[in-house]
Amino acid sequence: MRLRSPWLLLLPSIVLMVALFGWPLVQGVLSAFTGADGFTLAHWERLFGDPYFLRALRNTLLLIVIVVPVQVVLAVGMALLMQARPRFASGHFYLWCVPLAISELAAGLVWLSIFDNRGYLNSLLVSLGLSENGVQWLNYENTATMLLTVVIAELWRATSLVFVIVVAGVQMIPREYDEAAQVFGATFWQRLRHVTLPLLGPSLQVALILRTILALQAFAVAQALTGRDFPLLVGETYEWYVVLQNPAVASAVALVVLVISLGTAVLYLRTVRQPEGAR
Amino acid sequence: MSTETRPAEAAGRTLPPVDTAPLKRRRRQAAWVQAACIAVTLFMALPIVLIGLSAISSRDALAEFPKPFLPSEYSFETLLAFFEATGTIPALGNSVLVGVYTVFWSLVVGAPAGYALARHAFRGKNSYQVFILLVRALPIVVLSVPLATMFLRLDVYDTVFAVTLVHTTLALPTTVLITASIFVAVPTDLEEAAQVFGCTRWQAARKVVVPLALPGLAASSIFTFVLSWNEILGATVVTLSHRTLPAQVLTALDEASTAYRFAGGFALILPALVFIAVMRRYLVNMWGTTLR
Repeated sequence: MRLRSPWLLLLPSIVLMVALFGWPLVQGVLSAFTGADGFTLAHWERLFGDPYFLRALRNTLLLIVIVVPVQVVLAVGMALLMQARPRFASGHFYLWCVPLAISELAAGLVWLSIFDNRGYLNSLLVSLGLSENGVQWLNYENTATMLLTVVIAELWRATSLVFVIVVAGVQMIPREYDEAAQVFGATFWQRLRHVTLPLLGPSLQVALILRTILALQAFAVAQALTGRDFPLLVGETYEWYVVLQNPAVASAVALVVLVISLGTAVLYLRTVRQPEGAR
Repeated sequence: MSTETRPAEAAGRTLPPVDTAPLKRRRRQAAWVQAACIAVTLFMALPIVLIGLSAISSRDALAEFPKPFLPSEYSFETLLAFFEATGTIPALGNSVLVGVYTVFWSLVVGAPAGYALARHAFRGKNSYQVFILLVRALPIVVLSVPLATMFLRLDVYDTVFAVTLVHTTLALPTTVLITASIFVAVPTDLEEAAQVFGCTRWQAARKVVVPLALPGLAASSIFTFVLSWNEILGATVVTLSHRTLPAQVLTALDEASTAYRFAGGFALILPALVFIAVMRRYLVNMWGTTLR
């Protein structure tokens, strides 16, 4: 009984995850590589022949490279602000966390109301006399401004997650370390560089990788803001499946996303597991 | 004050002037912190205020350009039009149903696993944890494409059940991790005491551990519900007419008017404000520590 019982409790979760994760994974690989008559690379040729795919790959990687580091810096800054115990700290904390529960799609729509041609930002620019008719932020020819809007929307939506992880990390650092450094005359920047950041290391690592994995899955933000004018990888899965009705190519895109995330996930597992092993 | 300084002066010793620089520096620093906090809060809150204002503007006020900060005319017609649009109300119902079912199933399947992780030491525990973390780290929603084909064959495609299955798988790793951390926090002594007084292991778990873990389990449920409420890709791929609310809004986006988009965005955000307000105490622990 002793040996069997934990597995009895674990069994349902294992069955469910294998059935809904392992099985579709096999199916997905199969459907991406098989056509009407056996093995084929036709779906992949079709995918790589599609101009949207390479743009989507480029956009996704660009988005990650820009958004994730900025988010980490912002989140550390926000956590330090919280640590300084400002007035109305709990009110600020609440508002900074609200985006945690906001969906990607809603975030995209929120920023649409601002970046739309007749939106709030252009209204502000025109009424201040800074621009004649406003800037066409979401015009399909302006890849740079589209990237900017998606980056801002993603920063708004997902910085909270990094923030919460960093706050948890900061809370685990004993205050004495910082106070000791202060007593010995370290400036704010010295304390940040030599005390806080090194101790935050593990939290930052996890936040970085987790955010990278999540940013890989972003698509509804761009969909809401620009439609398909600013394609992202997972958005292409959606397009191929829902709009173009081609499950095989959709599976191929899904596999590309999976492979990229798998690389990141292995990194994630190594960083998460190591500190536990060290304890 | 003056009486205290007098003896010193009388003794012929002049006190050094009070150095107010550190105090001033401190005040300046506090002011900067305050200003930075307000800046971040504005960045976080202003967009929500703006879409809220758009959602309660009348159609004419929405079409105005340049738009004033406060709409020239308030009206609920935008929001009403959104809720009266075909599919919105059923989609809302589906979203709530899927959310509740997902919470139920992920607890039924995940909580026992969490309990096992918290209470037992067994061979293979490590590999199970790695497996859980791997499933959590991979974007399993992209697998909804092959899943949809499977669902078609099993005749459950385009049902609330199908979406529930996808969301349960999605939520399961986090549920296992959260419940494990909740059960770890319930002292083993209490459970052992119950067993000493004649409870079976199962009774001890049900009558002692579960009630003590209840607040945590409730918080974990809200977390799962939020996850399901916000999930878009899976819900869009495995359904056709039984959409959840975000899936409905996403697929309607192409033909939608601006008013529909703003009202839809606002309707999707409202629950988030409530969720976070309810969850505030658990946020750092759950999102920050357990789930990292």
